[in-house]
This record gives sequence, C-alpha cells and structure tokens, in this order.
Amino acid sequence: MKLFRSLAFAFFSASVLASGAFAADPEVLLVIKNHKFEPAELKVPVGQRVKLVVHNQDATPEEFESHDLNREKIVPPGAKVTIFIGPLKPGRYSFVGEYHEASAKGVVVAE
Amino acid sequence: MLGTAIIVFRETLEAALFVGIMAAATRGLAGRSRWLTAGVLAGSAGALALAAGAERIGALADGVGQDLLNAGILAVALAMLTWHCIWVSTRGAQTAADARALGSSFTQGQRAPWALMIVVALSVLREGAETVLFVAAYATGSGPVGTVAGAVIGVLCGVSLGALIYLGLSRVPMKRMFAVTNTLILLLAASIASQLARALSQAGVINVWGQPLWDSSPLLRIDSFVGTFAHALLGYEAQPTGLQLIFYALAVLVIVSGARWARKAQAGQRSVLVRRDTIRA
Repeated sequence: MKLFRSLAFAFFSASVLASGAFAADPEVLLVIKNHKFEPAELKVPVGQRVKLVVHNQDATPEEFESHDLNREKIVPPGAKVTIFIGPLKPGRYSFVGEYHEASAKGVVVAE
Repeated sequence: MLGTAIIVFRETLEAALFVGIMAAATRGLAGRSRWLTAGVLAGSAGALALAAGAERIGALADGVGQDLLNAGILAVALAMLTWHCIWVSTRGAQTAADARALGSSFTQGQRAPWALMIVVALSVLREGAETVLFVAAYATGSGPVGTVAGAVIGVLCGVSLGALIYLGLSRVPMKRMFAVTNTLILLLAASIASQLARALSQAGVINVWGQPLWDSSPLLRIDSFVGTFAHALLGYEAQPTGLQLIFYALAVLVIVSGARWARKAQAGQRSVLVRRDTIRA
C-alpha cells in the first residue's frame, strides 16, 4: 500500500509539473445565447492545451458535452466556466449543449 | 416533456443503481434501511445546496471550481469504496463461514456500513445537484407542467431500474452474495476512478494522456439506453482517454491486491493464534 501511495504521489506531482500550470494557455471564448453556440465553429491550435471559456448568457442552464473531446460540464445561467481541452491532433471535434441538442451544436477545429 | 424525462433519467440512473447495489450489499444488516435513507436524504439536501450555489462554485478557481469539487467528491467516494472492499474481504470469509455453520440468520456484524452510506450520499449529491439545477430552471420557465411531469417520469424510471437491480441481486443465494456485490462495487469504484481522471483533465490539473484512444460508438453509443446503463454500472466510455484507462486499471489493481493482502495478513494472524493455543495446551 505504501508503494502504491508513493507511486500515486510521484505520478500526481509529475503530472502537475508536466502541465506547466503557469504557462499561458491560448484562450477561446464560447458564448451560449438563445440555446445556440457562438461561434459555432472554434479554431484552436494543434498540440497545445487550450482554455475554453464558456459563457452562458441564457436564463437556463446548459450542459456542454463533447464525446469527441471527452468533456462534459454544466454551465449555470449567467455563469462563465473554464474547460481545458487538448492538446489535440488536427481534426474536427463536435460538441453539443445537452439540454438543447437540436439547436446548440458546434465544432472545435484543431489546425 | 420527453426530453426532460430522458435527461433526468440519465442523471438519476447512476445514483439509483448505486443505492440499489448498496442496499443489496448490506442485506441482512440491522438498521440498514435507516442508514440508507439517511444517506439518500443527506445527499438530496446537499444537492439542493449545491444547485443553489452552482453559479458561485462554478466561478471559483478561475472557472474550474465545479470540476475541482467534483474531483474531491469522487476521490472521497473512491477511497470509501476501496476501504469497504478491503474491509469486507477480511470480514466476508469469516462471516460467511459463521452463517453456514449456524445455518440460519446472517449478519455482516454489528458495525454500521458507514463507508457505503457516505458513498450513497455523495452519489445522490453529485447526480442530484445537476438534476435540481436543470429542473428548477425549466420549471419556472416556459412549460412548468411538462417539465415537472417529465422530471417525475425520469426519476421514476431511474428509481425503478435501481429497484430492479436490487430485486435481482436479492435472488442471489447468500453464499455467493459477497462475491457478487463485491464485484459490482469493485466495478463502481473503477468507474468512479475513470470519472475522476476526466474531472482532473477537464480542470487542467493533469494534462497527460488526455486524448481518446479509440471510438467504440459504432458498436455501442454512450447516449443509447444500453450505453447509459453500461456507463453507470461498468464505467463504459465510447471514447476513453489513456488517463481514464490508467485510473480504471489502477483502481482494480489496488482493490484486488489490497483485499488479497488483507486476507492473507488476517489468515496469518489467525494461524499464529491457533499455534499459540496449541503450545499452551
């Protein structure tokens, strides 16, 4: 158990260091308005962690969900939340607002 | 209304399966229903508070407050389940033998299964907060009747599946009960470990192995009925990341080897006692 604990700790510290928590990540803003994403297509750099800031301007909550990006997060009404994505390979990664899948659709384009 | 029902069902299912499995795992334990009810009620109260503070929590830590809180909840639940699995493995063999010897009433000892109750409360808290946030916003909006009706249908469907799994497990003979519920709890723990990995990636705490390794959506979509069920019970992901797989495997490894180690340590202790008794005699 001791071995596991120290292994887990080493793993955790290494990851935190590797994350470069102090480096400035490229930031992109995504707005939710009238149950739609603006912009519906987001361009992000390849091979880099990206800070995605989601601002919900509607009076209802939304859930940002992307199977391609392996992300899922509630965005309360009026709130601004951060979701870290990537580093991504070149490609198109679709996302939806789970509570309004018919209208809230978008795609992250890594290039 | 149907949309609301489906969303609420998805949120409820995981917690309902949790409660169903925990209820089965604590079968025969005195005062069990009281503990379970307390867990569910504490979780629900917490969910209301969490939903009320969602906006403030979300804004904390530069917008990743919600993920950090989630990660904390998941980590505590994982620790509790790990502890429970290891503890039960030492108790299980002994009590099962006792029960067979007595051939009648079966108890898992007099200790309250508080670890499982905390897990139940945390599970209800996490899933419940999202449901409350969602339902509250729409119930005060355009179609309150449809929203509430949908939410009730969703919760009922989730709860019935939880009840179904409990009833199914209740048919398992007592002798094999420990093995079955322990395996299910092991899988739930691994599933929680995988969710913890995602929460940490999402919050930007861990930034390695965050790419999905494969996509099994063509075989089983995660948002299909079976996929939702497999996700809640086994931690199925259609596009798991390397980090999630590592966390999943580590959880299984730690619990299985921990249980084996604890059993061996206990068996060793027992044989030492027996030897001492023989010498004395």
